[in-house]
Amino acid sequence: MNAIESWIAMGGYAGFVWPAYGVAVIVLGGLAVLSWRRHRRSAETLARLQGRLGTRA
Amino acid sequence: MLTRLANPARFMRVSGVVLPWLGGASAGVLGLGLVWSLLLAPPDYQQGESVRIMFVHVPSAIMAEGVYYLIAIASAVALVWRHPLADIAAQAAAPLGAGFTAVCLATGSLWGRPMWGAWWVWDARLTSVLVLFFLYLGYIALVNAFDDASRGARAGSLLALVGIVDLPIIKFSVDWWNTLHQPASILRAGGPAIDISMLLPLLVMAAGFGLLFLWLLLLRMRTALNERKARALSLYGPAAAHDAESAAPLAEARPV
Repeated sequence: MNAIESWIAMGGYAGFVWPAYGVAVIVLGGLAVLSWRRHRRSAETLARLQGRLGTRA
Repeated sequence: MLTRLANPARFMRVSGVVLPWLGGASAGVLGLGLVWSLLLAPPDYQQGESVRIMFVHVPSAIMAEGVYYLIAIASAVALVWRHPLADIAAQAAAPLGAGFTAVCLATGSLWGRPMWGAWWVWDARLTSVLVLFFLYLGYIALVNAFDDASRGARAGSLLALVGIVDLPIIKFSVDWWNTLHQPASILRAGGPAIDISMLLPLLVMAAGFGLLFLWLLLLRMRTALNERKARALSLYGPAAAHDAESAAPLAEARPV
């Protein structure tokens, strides 16, 4: 077994270690993506409204 | 410093400058933390490689509690001083706190199975953290349950303040009751009971989680302020934006 394979095997705990990191990446990454998208949308909506109404930020 | 930042217009300016730096810093520190905790940190002499779960479990637990403290403080500020940014901060933080608590519970379960032989036990530490998760969900649901946003915010603030009794229970649950969960090993009398080779990556990951939270908190607060302003503009026109610089005559500003 080479070094990468044994690293992935995590000493027999691969079924617990990788899902733990996976959950963290999915939950926190998901929150980051959702927050980022909503922020961009809110900024675009506001800019459009302000452009139409002739107001500045 | 804080009171000066607490003006929404100034908050938008300062947070706009800080935001990209926070995003970059959290990505960098989390990247370093991941490499360190998955590759460089040594396996435990008893737990083997499964100890690597600690590097996501403990930082998410720290954040789960820390974010709740922040929500409770912001709620108190909102109730007492009616500060406009306090409600926004608390509501922006709540889904993040719920996310950290979910990660803490899930990783704890994945660690408990190989080490204790059980995915879940109804002991004091695990149950009180589950209660914390439901407090977050309850807060989010309550805030959104009212047609009148300010009433929702008030009800949420009250719930957040009542719920704070859960935090000392979480903290001392491992001392007050018999539990499978180990007692505190970092913040304890006599110094940390954890080797430096594991403490350092743990601290780096905790810093990364903290930076990620700050970045997303500011991002979500800005979103809320943008949405609030857009709503006021579309309902009442430019007069509602009410800053001096947008005081263009209404007739001119109306869309054709």
